[in-house]
Amino acid sequence: MIYVTRRAEFSASHYYHNPQFTPEENRRIFGKCNNPLGHGHNYTVEVTVSGAINPTTGMVLDLKELKVLLEQEVIQLMDHKFLNKEVPAFAEKNPTTENISVEIWNLLAPKLAHGKLHRIRVYETQDLFVDYYGE
Amino acid sequence: MVYLTRRYRFSAGHRLHNDDLSAEENRLVYGKCNNPNGHGHNYLLEVTVTGTINPATGMVFDLVALDGIVAERVLEKLDHKNLNLDMENFRTQVPTTENLCLEIYELLCTPLEEAGAERGLQLDRVRLEETSLNSFEYVPGNAGGKKGNG
Repeated sequence: MIYVTRRAEFSASHYYHNPQFTPEENRRIFGKCNNPLGHGHNYTVEVTVSGAINPTTGMVLDLKELKVLLEQEVIQLMDHKFLNKEVPAFAEKNPTTENISVEIWNLLAPKLAHGKLHRIRVYETQDLFVDYYGE
Repeated sequence: MVYLTRRYRFSAGHRLHNDDLSAEENRLVYGKCNNPNGHGHNYLLEVTVTGTINPATGMVFDLVALDGIVAERVLEKLDHKNLNLDMENFRTQVPTTENLCLEIYELLCTPLEEAGAERGLQLDRVRLEETSLNSFEYVPGNAGGKKGNG
């Protein structure tokens, strides 16, 4: 089994807030991430696909296919956007790195034509990342 | 289940030396790491916790709490210290990065899992880079298979 990873980047803003919490609770739980005007990050997404090597091509899948899929499904949706306001999945759910990883999995898994989606890794900063394996 | 990883940095000195080996054997096994005066590294530590996402917050664990526990239990004990002399366990054990990985896992496991008990938080792994060219990873109960591809 071979694992192929493709990386992509997007920049977006977000903030954390739960309308069921009081303003005081929101500030305590989410700290500076609660600023309602939002703040931004340069995110890096790593998509890892597993599969067998096709003996004819020597490849698990055509990387261009994965690049286009990432661009269409993720980058166009999230790049230079305010995640809370512009990405429907985050209208009522905090766009934490945890939830972004799960959302990217849900966007890509049904559309991947070759190989098996193995892992989504999302870096919010160089020092913070989340992995999701679909379960 | 999501896996959340946070990176930290600390600098420490050490010397690799085993009293049970002869001076010649120590030099052979540990090479320049056996220098009696010791030497130092800038370590990069990755701590990975795993659990379910809290639907109210969207988070697996509070990052401020994670930072606080790692600072108190690990960074304050190791940063700018002599591992052989300042760490109780390394008075008798060689402070290789392998052993340091295990030590950091032991220091963090109970405090983190207690703090995140409400959502079944688990310490998944500890990964330590001694330099940018070598790294060590401790994943209890996992031979580094399915989820070990870094």
